[in-house]
Amino acid sequence: MNIIVCIKQVPETTEVRINPETNTLIREGVKSIVNPFDAYAIEEGVRLKEKYGGKTTVITMGPPQADAVLREAVSMGIDEGILISDRAFAGSDTWATSYTLSAAIRKIGAFDLIICGKQASDGDTAQVGPGISAHLDIPQVTYVKKIEDIKDNLARVERMTEEGYEIIEIPLPALITVVKEINNPRLPSLKGMMRAKSAKIAHYKASDIEAKEDCLGLNGSPTQVVKIFTPAPRIGGQILKGDTPEIVEKLAKELKPEIH
Amino acid sequence: MDYLLSEEQKMIRELTRKIAVEKIKPVAAKYDQSEDFPWEVMEILAQSDLFAIFVPQEFGGTGGGVLDLCIATEELSRACGGIAVCYAASALGTFPIILFGNEEQKKKFLPDLASGKKIAGFGITEPEAGSDASAIKTTAKKDGDHYILNGLKHFITNGGDAQTYTIIAMTDKTKGARGASAFVVEKGTPGFTFGKKEDKLGIRASSTRELIFTDCKIPKENLLAREGMGFIVTMKTFDMSRPGVAAQALGIAQGALDVAVKYSKERQQFGKSISSFQGIQWMLADMATQVEAARALVYSCAKEIDAGCKDVAKDSAMAKLFASDVAMKVTTDAVQILGGYGYMKDYPAEKFMRDAKITQIYEGTNQIQRGIIALQLIREMAK
Repeated sequence: MNIIVCIKQVPETTEVRINPETNTLIREGVKSIVNPFDAYAIEEGVRLKEKYGGKTTVITMGPPQADAVLREAVSMGIDEGILISDRAFAGSDTWATSYTLSAAIRKIGAFDLIICGKQASDGDTAQVGPGISAHLDIPQVTYVKKIEDIKDNLARVERMTEEGYEIIEIPLPALITVVKEINNPRLPSLKGMMRAKSAKIAHYKASDIEAKEDCLGLNGSPTQVVKIFTPAPRIGGQILKGDTPEIVEKLAKELKPEIH
Repeated sequence: MDYLLSEEQKMIRELTRKIAVEKIKPVAAKYDQSEDFPWEVMEILAQSDLFAIFVPQEFGGTGGGVLDLCIATEELSRACGGIAVCYAASALGTFPIILFGNEEQKKKFLPDLASGKKIAGFGITEPEAGSDASAIKTTAKKDGDHYILNGLKHFITNGGDAQTYTIIAMTDKTKGARGASAFVVEKGTPGFTFGKKEDKLGIRASSTRELIFTDCKIPKENLLAREGMGFIVTMKTFDMSRPGVAAQALGIAQGALDVAVKYSKERQQFGKSISSFQGIQWMLADMATQVEAARALVYSCAKEIDAGCKDVAKDSAMAKLFASDVAMKVTTDAVQILGGYGYMKDYPAEKFMRDAKITQIYEGTNQIQRGIIALQLIREMAK
């Protein structure tokens, strides 16, 4: 079984600061880590390989220093890492990012399952995973909390919902995004760290992935960030007192003052 | 201070520090109280290849040396001296096989110990044979293709929980110290049972039990080296493992210092952090200096052993003696800096102090270490 795990390098702190001029994250002085949700995706990939055999590949799109998160994935047991990095990708929104990743996955070749974390801890959109499946035109299941079984080219998974969970069977190849309930990610092993240090990380540039140029980076991104701001705290509500008819009258007045 | 560690040693430090912070710190107080064996942590250490670092590559290890083991033990001890000793004692039980095992024995026992599938223990101490190891009474009698073991070992770290033990027993009582031999005995061998589990002051996550041999029949292939080599096996093993105890002491001292510095910055008295008082500052400075001096001695000694230097007994004794005395002093001072809170179990300071004490006692009391150092000094003078 060939498994592709998509990960992202994110700032460690959950309290990221935003540059009000450029509306972008201030990354200076903040340690970069594997997006915490992606660690569950890596672990699940490694477990599936241990159970069903095959090969695991981890990919990330990002600046050259994102190489570090690929090596960390290798130290946890992933076989290979591919860095998708090019100036042409700069400024990508979730649409352009998922397009670029899907183009890179096409270039990798045959795969059975793509695993993503449910969302990144910096952007919190949860759109890239589903975007990849749309670009590749393969089925997807989001918020997977358990992979029950994979056989006869079918994966039976449990998808978390607010009320409980759904059991879904999907034909492979497919994409899933996973939640933290799915597993307990292992720590790297020493032998894994040694392998990761010397591992050859492949590098895909824009020219390597046969992508349409106008679909990449800022040009390929329909999302325009107009403003990023911290919303003002909500002011407390008003509690109406009195007997019921009185309260109803007051409430109606508040809601539709023009009636009265 | 930069000790110019190799890339691999830096990785070991990074990995063990991560495990200590994320996986050991949160459970240290729990195991201190329950005295259960910390299998969940041992499994993490095994999965992270940490039992492999002191085993040669051809038997499933990474081929690291004493310094690698010291770095790992130090970092683990920084979070819990008890959990760290479960790990270090497995190295102690494994060293005799690495040092004296023949090819067959190494192939048979080392891969499972390197992977952490099995952990090891070392048994020499008996009720009447502590510092005087030559007083051991456990016997091993040759009987055709077997040896029959009879006797009692006590205070054995990992006793009952380890699967593979190196046991020192007398094969010829008439020869005194030269009549002892070393054997590998596996848990589950008929006639090999476990007795009392000790209730200890510190390192309570580790198990310390009696090993009981009653006509315990083991194959003669489990004899390490030759008959009569038991004490040589023990001495050479201790030369390798003593820096490990020193590293445990060092980690405990560092852990207590970490707690003391953090607390002194947070604790407000007279409207200021107590870290702004010179009385506290000077204590912290002395503690940090002693810890660093201990580290320099421990690492230097470990490097010397890894480089294959002979006659390391004196340096090894100095490292163990100094680091453990520093651990006792620094942990006691840490309790003092935390004041009343330091004395309470809600804060980690008192546990470091309890854990530190044993490092002055086991693997040769500090009085025995001073004896080794003095003897060597006098010998050198006579040359």
